[in-house]
Amino acid sequence: MNLGAYKLDGFFDEMYSSQIEARPEYKFYKRNLENLPEGEIQRRKHLVERSLLTMGITFNFYKDEVHSEAIFPFDIVPRIIGSDEWKLLEKGLKQRVFAENLFIQDIYNEKKIIKDKVIPPEVIFSSRAYLPQMEGFTPPKKIWNHINGTDLIRHTDGNYYVLEDNLRCPSGVSYVLENRENMKRTFPEMFEALNVCPVYEYPTRLLDMLHYISHTDSPRIGLLTPGAYNSAYYEHSFLANQMGIDLLVGSDMVADNGAVWIKTTNGYKQVDVLYRRIDDNFLDPLYLNPESLLGVPGLLRVYKNEKISLANAPGTGIADDKVIYAYIPKIIKYYLGEEPLIPNVPTYVCSEQKDLGYVLSNLDTLVVKAANEAGGYGMLVGPHATEKEKLEFKEKIRANPRNYIAQPTMGLSRVPTLSGNELEGRHVDLRPYIVYGKDIYVLPGGLTRVALKKGSLVVNSSQGGGSKDTWVIA
Amino acid sequence: MLTRVADSIFWMNRYIERMENNARFIDVNLSLSMDLPQGMQEQWEPLVQVTGEYELFEELYGEPNRENVLRFLGSDLKNSNSILSCLYSARENARGVRENLSTELWEHINSSYINIREEFEKGEIFQNAAGFFKKIKTVSQLFIGMVHSTLSKTEGWHFANLGRMMERADNTTRILDLKYFYLLPSSQEVGSPLDLLEWHAILKSASAYEMYRKSYGKIQSREIVEFLILDRYFPRAIRFCLIEAENSIYAITGTANRTYSNTAEKKLGALRSELDYLSVAEIIQFGLHEYIDALQSKLNDISAEIRENFFLQKESPASIEQWRNKEE
Repeated sequence: MNLGAYKLDGFFDEMYSSQIEARPEYKFYKRNLENLPEGEIQRRKHLVERSLLTMGITFNFYKDEVHSEAIFPFDIVPRIIGSDEWKLLEKGLKQRVFAENLFIQDIYNEKKIIKDKVIPPEVIFSSRAYLPQMEGFTPPKKIWNHINGTDLIRHTDGNYYVLEDNLRCPSGVSYVLENRENMKRTFPEMFEALNVCPVYEYPTRLLDMLHYISHTDSPRIGLLTPGAYNSAYYEHSFLANQMGIDLLVGSDMVADNGAVWIKTTNGYKQVDVLYRRIDDNFLDPLYLNPESLLGVPGLLRVYKNEKISLANAPGTGIADDKVIYAYIPKIIKYYLGEEPLIPNVPTYVCSEQKDLGYVLSNLDTLVVKAANEAGGYGMLVGPHATEKEKLEFKEKIRANPRNYIAQPTMGLSRVPTLSGNELEGRHVDLRPYIVYGKDIYVLPGGLTRVALKKGSLVVNSSQGGGSKDTWVIA
Repeated sequence: MLTRVADSIFWMNRYIERMENNARFIDVNLSLSMDLPQGMQEQWEPLVQVTGEYELFEELYGEPNRENVLRFLGSDLKNSNSILSCLYSARENARGVRENLSTELWEHINSSYINIREEFEKGEIFQNAAGFFKKIKTVSQLFIGMVHSTLSKTEGWHFANLGRMMERADNTTRILDLKYFYLLPSSQEVGSPLDLLEWHAILKSASAYEMYRKSYGKIQSREIVEFLILDRYFPRAIRFCLIEAENSIYAITGTANRTYSNTAEKKLGALRSELDYLSVAEIIQFGLHEYIDALQSKLNDISAEIRENFFLQKESPASIEQWRNKEE
């Protein structure tokens, strides 16, 4: 394949250090790519896409009220991370996750961080994710955030920053695992030559963690899914399968007589641990949102009586609130006495007067996010927004300042992506997955999400994003 | 196994079987219609009549003709028993329980659905009906092959078998009933070439032609009825299906032979037993169409009992003690 001069456009490129030179971790890959005959890479791309469709690696979405399925777009040019760089990231991620857990435990119990005036209490108790039902509760093994997806970006200065934390049902790991299988089949020669850290351990580590938090020795474990029409259903089914646990919907279970039971053809069987992929509020129509059809009435009571364990613990979302995010560096300092190894993106918290003033006068250069939205919704990208959009957003901020944070637009790094017959840079981020059980395990690499549209910065699957395989060289 | 999973596996297999039967059925009768004498050609009504969906058909299309019958039975999603509807339902059921299936099985049913849907959109059923129906049969046969060679022969496998056998028994009754709906002009007699032609088609609809010939030789209506209802070796004979279904239901509950532990087993066992000791003379005397009607009714009954006993949960877990002891 003929690789002409590559356009960097002023962004940090993961592969190219200059228009023609590849970074050390990419050198072998580049050579290999150049040696591929014309049309070969397109052929392989097509094979991959067909395979994704056959395997049913899709996500569900709603277009004009009609349920549709689409393959989660995948680009075959991987994102490669060198060994030294990864070691630093891994340390930083472990530090962050560990501190977040201490924070959550403290908030629902002693509240030392509030008493020591490190974080204003209103910020915490006004968060939608704060669950008063969890006051005074300590989950098994004192762990709240069993599964974490910490979104990282690399800025034009070449440094990694944490973009946001995800402690509430972070999704995407199934794509990591399946993408890797696909890549191994499509580029076997690469894997044979490079020493890419494998990812197959993830389901095992996940299962180990679920065992670890159980209240009983031989637990029956299930994965609670909203069902086949949920956008991440494929992942729920995939992980349940890989771990050999039951895939359950709310109506498969009933809480009665102090425990939670699964309806089987041979009577009721007790379930001991649930990996739940349902939002906190929908877990239990009896004790939480009464309109929920997805949960199990009475589940929360059984949980608080320690007759069932839940991963992640309800109430964990307090740490992935976008406003709390701004305080994480302080949180790490407070509980660990350390500076964060991976910095936050500079963040302005609109509930603080001086920050609010700055944000309102500088909307042109800022990205403003609503505290509790996900999927890229409720966001304003200042530099790309119209005057009208900016004015409307100012009103929203003034009406509810606690709900908004703002960050300068970061120059997301790019990775070459196949566009027709050319390689063009597309912006990416990185979501490593971290499992907190007996130890803290960081999956090597994670999901590299790529904004497939030229110039776009939005990487979410529901808004035109795709993914790439992430290779960490051992 | 989860009741929801058992339910889905049961229905997935029923839908695939139904889809295959519909395909074979339409295929054979399309072929039959070409051999019919002038004036008798284009008898599309019986094809729809025998599925029991005639009312719906009339509502949607009015007068039957080749194109609209093919569309109705083939790709119309408003007909929940059309080929495409069955395949779609099977696939949706599979998707909800895919962690209980092998990868091959899931990928097969998923890609088949995508391919067949594309073929329908291209109008393959009209341009190359015979080739198209063959594809459908292959989808089913591959599916069955995979069930047999990639699923452990435990509870899930037995629910699959139970579903398929119940559906197959029902389908054979419909195939036999076709004769009732094909009108014979009064000038024609039983045993006439036309009559024989129709019986021929019935055998082919059940893929029974060669096996029947080996057992009986001459095409005679009485013997055909005996073969398709009472034979215990031929895989599409109703008695064979009931024996298989019974074996599977016993495997699921662990019940001993000649007893029953729930109402589904009771009714299934009773029907199987009835066929064990029935003669074709008695069927003919009762009236073929009437007997088939009664059979279909009993089969429906058994299906309802299966649902009641295995897929719905009646007792509350407060009676858990009883189950816990059972386990120990």
